[in-house]
Amino acid sequence: MTAPHEPASRGWTGAVRRRAVAALPPDKLLPDTQPAYMASWIYVFGVLTLSSLVVVLATGGVLALKGPAWWHVSDAGKYVNSLHLWSVELFMFFMVIHLWGKFFMAAWRGRRALTWITGVVCFLTSIGTAFTGYLVQQNFDSQWIAGQAKDGLNSVGIGAFFNVLDFGQMLMWHIVLLPFVLGLLTAWHILLVRLRGIVPPIGAADPAHGSPAASAPLPAEGEAP
Amino acid sequence: MAVTGMPRGHALAAPVDLNGTGHYVHWGVIQLSVANLVVIGVMVVVFVLALLLPFPGGRR
Repeated sequence: MTAPHEPASRGWTGAVRRRAVAALPPDKLLPDTQPAYMASWIYVFGVLTLSSLVVVLATGGVLALKGPAWWHVSDAGKYVNSLHLWSVELFMFFMVIHLWGKFFMAAWRGRRALTWITGVVCFLTSIGTAFTGYLVQQNFDSQWIAGQAKDGLNSVGIGAFFNVLDFGQMLMWHIVLLPFVLGLLTAWHILLVRLRGIVPPIGAADPAHGSPAASAPLPAEGEAP
Repeated sequence: MAVTGMPRGHALAAPVDLNGTGHYVHWGVIQLSVANLVVIGVMVVVFVLALLLPFPGGRR
């Protein structure tokens, strides 16, 4: 940050830094207190999803480093392979409950539409990443899934550039392109959550603005707000 | 302690035999495996519990 007596830098790096610090000061980026309405288990599922994603990425990284001869044959390899699968299962499990919770509390209220949209796109990207993961298992299951999926994808014209029978292409989608996009979207989603704050329950005051949430029911005529 | 008369793999086997063919339920054009249906049911149960169970320290 620039000291009060120091002239502001005119370079683009200084401008970006000033905007970033103004939008997300450290106490907002890493808060140590949360609104009282967050004392509910339903608010835990976002961070459970994120924790599962960390395990998914870490185990996937180990699998990429050691290679298929390791994960198909050795005990340690099979164990890490199973960790990768089951952390994905938990990731999708927690993400769906997170999605239900946010849907029923209309979490797009209070200028949070982009937070909701990035979450939805994260969900869709995760389905694609899981799908390509099933395609690169190198077993009869992956052959069956690829054989079935090609007909559906060809029927809508996607097969021309997304060939589920091409193992190399599916592996690259699974370990490079989709995790990269999912990582970026997740980081964006979390920064938006920090920027706009956690959505309050319907009708409760938003601590960020000190007013009832955007879609809270308006008081009836003559009724005190 | 070794379990006598029972192979190690059997002692650690899943409570449901997963080596056979899968079980499916059908509603018209919708076909769903029982395994996926169980997972969806567990998700609904966990969702309801998350709404109903008190959060530790939440009453302060």
